[in-house]
Amino acid sequence: MADHVLTPEEIIKNGSIVFEKTKLMTDNELSYCPGCGHGVAHRLTMEVIDELGLEEKTIGVAPVGCSVLAYEFMNVDMQEAAHGRAPALATGIKRVYPDKTVFTYQGDGDLAAIGTAETLHACNRGENITIIFINNGIYGMTGGQMAPTTLPGMKSSTSPYGRDVHMMGYPLKMTELVAMLPGTVYVTRQAVHTPVLVRKAKKAIRKAFELQQENKGTTFVEIVSNCNSGWKMSPEDANKWLDENMLKYYPLGDIKKP
Amino acid sequence: MEEVKLMKGNEAVAEAAIRAGVDAYFGYPITPQSEVIEYLMMERPYQRTGMVVLQAESELAAINMVYGAAACGKKVMTSSSSPGISLKQEGISYMAGAELPCLIVDVVRGGPGLGTIQPSQADYFQMVKGGGHGDYKLIVLAPSTVQEMADFVDLAFELAFKYRNPAVILSDGVIGQMMEKVVLPPQKTRLTDEEVDEKYGSWATTGKKNGRERNIITSLELKSERQEAHNHHLQAKYKEITNKEVRYEAINTEDADYLIVAYGSSARISQKAIQMAAKKGYKVGLIRPITLWPFPTDIINKLADQVKGILSVEMSAGQMVEDVRLAVNGKVKVEHYGRFGGMVHSPDEVLEALENKIIKG
Repeated sequence: MADHVLTPEEIIKNGSIVFEKTKLMTDNELSYCPGCGHGVAHRLTMEVIDELGLEEKTIGVAPVGCSVLAYEFMNVDMQEAAHGRAPALATGIKRVYPDKTVFTYQGDGDLAAIGTAETLHACNRGENITIIFINNGIYGMTGGQMAPTTLPGMKSSTSPYGRDVHMMGYPLKMTELVAMLPGTVYVTRQAVHTPVLVRKAKKAIRKAFELQQENKGTTFVEIVSNCNSGWKMSPEDANKWLDENMLKYYPLGDIKKP
Repeated sequence: MEEVKLMKGNEAVAEAAIRAGVDAYFGYPITPQSEVIEYLMMERPYQRTGMVVLQAESELAAINMVYGAAACGKKVMTSSSSPGISLKQEGISYMAGAELPCLIVDVVRGGPGLGTIQPSQADYFQMVKGGGHGDYKLIVLAPSTVQEMADFVDLAFELAFKYRNPAVILSDGVIGQMMEKVVLPPQKTRLTDEEVDEKYGSWATTGKKNGRERNIITSLELKSERQEAHNHHLQAKYKEITNKEVRYEAINTEDADYLIVAYGSSARISQKAIQMAAKKGYKVGLIRPITLWPFPTDIINKLADQVKGILSVEMSAGQMVEDVRLAVNGKVKVEHYGRFGGMVHSPDEVLEALENKIIKG
């Protein structure tokens, strides 16, 4: 008898599945560059919402920046905010729907520059929302300009000779700032460029959404990410550079725990 | 039995909001409208009806809180005065683009810049013509009494939800601050979450229930063809509102030889001026636009066939007069009169302007 060739159905049978397409991600093609951390951060957020059974009560807010189209990929009810205003939208949502699960997904330009006031005050009021903050140290969407989080000496299209901190100011550590506020309950910094860190980041996101269910205050998860196109590096080099430079300035770990 | 109270215009708006079953108010203090949030905080509507009241960190944040809550299908409002409205324009444009119903109350003060805290009507351009970016329109109601400050809250929400469009009560420092007798509307029950879901679940972000597609509230459409189509949809909606929702009051226009067009507190002052004019033997009528957008173009155009001249009276350097001229389309002379920068004209001054600019002019 000829060797039996296994069919896909025989290969993918119950018990042998190790990974499935995230249920709450749409089939739309991601708009992110290959190697970018956004896709992973999207997936983790949606996996957590699915696993916690929050699909029907979740309302997300997308920012302006690379993840402006997050609502095209995250298969839950979503609102698109003006640049920096996502925490204000989330405040409005959560105040009229205190029992729903509300999150914002924002980049560093959105959260730490134009939306600084909205972010700090939402955290300071202890809004029961979860803020997912992607920090890649650059404005990716608009073509690689300097962000509030751009490292000293780091080159961008508006700091072409490197960020001169005397002229352009210092990188802003928003996560440490919001951790100081009594309104925040859980503040952590994670990354998603290695499998181990992806697993840790997912645990942190899960913890943030679990704490939101207890209505104890704002939960804030920074994810230090890469921007290989903005940094003008290969995805591999960008991850290496992130490890060697970004994580020195933005060390990983929980900054505030309940 | 009807409930009558002596109230400031700002307080009347606040009380009417609680009674209209408003779900949330987000605001930031600014003179001369701070009594709105002060009254609400004092009244504790979260105990009376469950209404949310929150003082935001800025007008920007307040209007964006309105965006977030309005996108949930809730009845949401904010209030401010001119410089604060300038700040809100970003959010207002986004809400117009995303087709979100809400109420914005503007108790206008003199400008430009910090200007003055005294009454003005110089926000006509920024509210009626759209102070934010893009082709959009706001439904603009202009109260001329404290009673109308109260009555227009419910009307504004009715129109805002009917057309999924922001609505405005364009008041001024006179109406906001003065006290008059108000017949308060009866208390309406706020909609439950289930009722909101049933009524607005087709578009609002209420949480993606089993079996329905996710709802997305956005003003972004990167494909130009689709953005143009969305704009055509908005324009069709604006045309329908223009056809159906024009409101105005006509006083002594039947046999008028001359016409004043004035809204808000200027209409109150002009009403006195036309009485004084009658004593002098002049037949002067008054058209008081109640909706500034849609503007009562047709009636003014019709009256232009009858009268010898029209005076547009407003506390500005001449903003609404442009719409009066467009309505008249050159048929008769149209002039503007108004004190501005925080000054309020008297009936004598209006009559004098009418005589000099229109009757003898």
